[in-house]
Amino acid sequence: MSSLTVPSVYKKRKSYTWLYFLLPSIAIMLVFFIYPILLTFFYSFTNLALTGEAAKELKFVGIDNYIRMFHDPTVRVSIWNTLIFLIGSAVIGQQVLGFIIALLMKHKNRLFRRVIGTIVLAGWVTPEIVCALCLYSFFGDEGTLNAILSFVGISDVTWLYTVPMLTVILANIWHGTAFSMLVFQAALDDVPTEIEEAAVVDGASRLQILCRITIPYIKDTILTNMMLVTLQTLGVFGLIYAMTGGGPGTSTTTLPIFMYNQAFVNYQLGYGTAISLLLLLLGIVLSLFYIRSMKEQ
Amino acid sequence: MNAKQRKLIYRILPYLILTVIGICFLLPLLWVLVASVDSNALQSLKMPTRFTGANYGDVMTNGENQRAFLIGLVMSLGQAVIVVILGLLAAYPLSRYQMKYKKPFMLTILFMTSLPITAVMVPVYQLFLSLKLYNNIFGVILFYVASSMPYGIWMLKNFMDSVPNDMEEAAWVDGASVFTGIRKVVAPLMIPGICTVAIFTFSGSWGNFFVPYILLQSPENFPASLKLYQFFGQYGMADYGKLAAFSVLYALPSVVLYILSQQFMSKGFGLQGGTKG
Repeated sequence: MSSLTVPSVYKKRKSYTWLYFLLPSIAIMLVFFIYPILLTFFYSFTNLALTGEAAKELKFVGIDNYIRMFHDPTVRVSIWNTLIFLIGSAVIGQQVLGFIIALLMKHKNRLFRRVIGTIVLAGWVTPEIVCALCLYSFFGDEGTLNAILSFVGISDVTWLYTVPMLTVILANIWHGTAFSMLVFQAALDDVPTEIEEAAVVDGASRLQILCRITIPYIKDTILTNMMLVTLQTLGVFGLIYAMTGGGPGTSTTTLPIFMYNQAFVNYQLGYGTAISLLLLLLGIVLSLFYIRSMKEQ
Repeated sequence: MNAKQRKLIYRILPYLILTVIGICFLLPLLWVLVASVDSNALQSLKMPTRFTGANYGDVMTNGENQRAFLIGLVMSLGQAVIVVILGLLAAYPLSRYQMKYKKPFMLTILFMTSLPITAVMVPVYQLFLSLKLYNNIFGVILFYVASSMPYGIWMLKNFMDSVPNDMEEAAWVDGASVFTGIRKVVAPLMIPGICTVAIFTFSGSWGNFFVPYILLQSPENFPASLKLYQFFGQYGMADYGKLAAFSVLYALPSVVLYILSQQFMSKGFGLQGGTKG
């Protein structure tokens, strides 16, 4: 294969030609992507605000924003909410449900696979605001869920008020599971059937085959997928914002919602940035794990 | 329970579980589809009082809605085109030249693909204020381009790696420049890859809510995603039919493009027969 070796013509080119090709995209990424990341670190140490005294003059306030964060009970609540949302909707919800669907679908009737697969995929393809609307009306006071439950004698439950976190978690599961399902379908197809067949001959139960052969075999995929799904879920804003607005109270206020409220509702951009730095650092750590797992594969 | 019964249960149980999961996933979706053609839609799923196309008609003939869809289209299309062009340019040396820092550069790009954009929006807002790009549709396109550039470069570089060198060299022998080589030989051979990148960047920004919500202010600049949110807040309680019709229309491009992308992906890359011997 000629494409595996770099032919001599390429080597002869001047060593800086590549710069012209890369310059436009690097420039635009530097200005609108890397620079804002650096600004995040910078602004989080300032009193940047949209209104009031602080708006007139930008001042360094050292780690004041971080001290404030440390004492702010809402920060603790939103970190906690973010964790619940991440674990509930990403790690357990999308990941486990996606795996179960992929596993159960294996070797099933083709038409049946197609129908179920399409339904699950539809939630993934649908834009997040439409997802929010669909699930909002599903869990609404006069929504579909209550209409169904009234048949079995359970009268109106105000899902969005009594269990708001559960509703946004389920909404995110509805929106995101297809991604994990696709990833696991591809991974499960790669597990050689011979190994599983050999295990059956040796008298292994289904559960044993799953835990001792299938899952260890796709371990890397599970880890990489977990990182990706967690990263995607970390940045979820529109879905929660449109469904509950972070409420009632602060019950569904995750870090992105809290960041938004501080920066754009209370006009405390500096403080809002300090919170987004928390998100960014979490994202950076997870991304580093992600590229490490990709490098190994 | 004897062995035969147990075997039967093991055969039926997966179908049963999957059907239940399928119904759970279907119900919220079914509501939006049915409500959009119901003359008297409610919050819950029900048989339409009377089938009607009026909801769609009302939404589509509304000038503000048309404008929102057009703006969304301009933004997403503009972004997709720029990402593909700049991405192809950047992918070329990364795929063809021997560069000293290629590996760390590509890892940085991969790293950037997975960073949550949400986390940088507050500084981006401040940056846009100082650059006078706030409330500017083209400013939003620029940010969209920057945020999906890593993905575009990463994907296009990998697609380009699978285009053999010999055909491009043949073009050079015939007197083509490097740019002509990319335009007339490499890019046409990467059409499936280019379409995949274009579709995913388009759908990503078409469905995005947070970025325009932060960077745009006046309602006449709102793309479809913001318009829907506005609609939701203002008349959500009153007019489920129209809201559902708007949602379906807004979701349609994402759905159609996804189906299209599957076509490109399943076709794969039949390039092996390109040069013989």
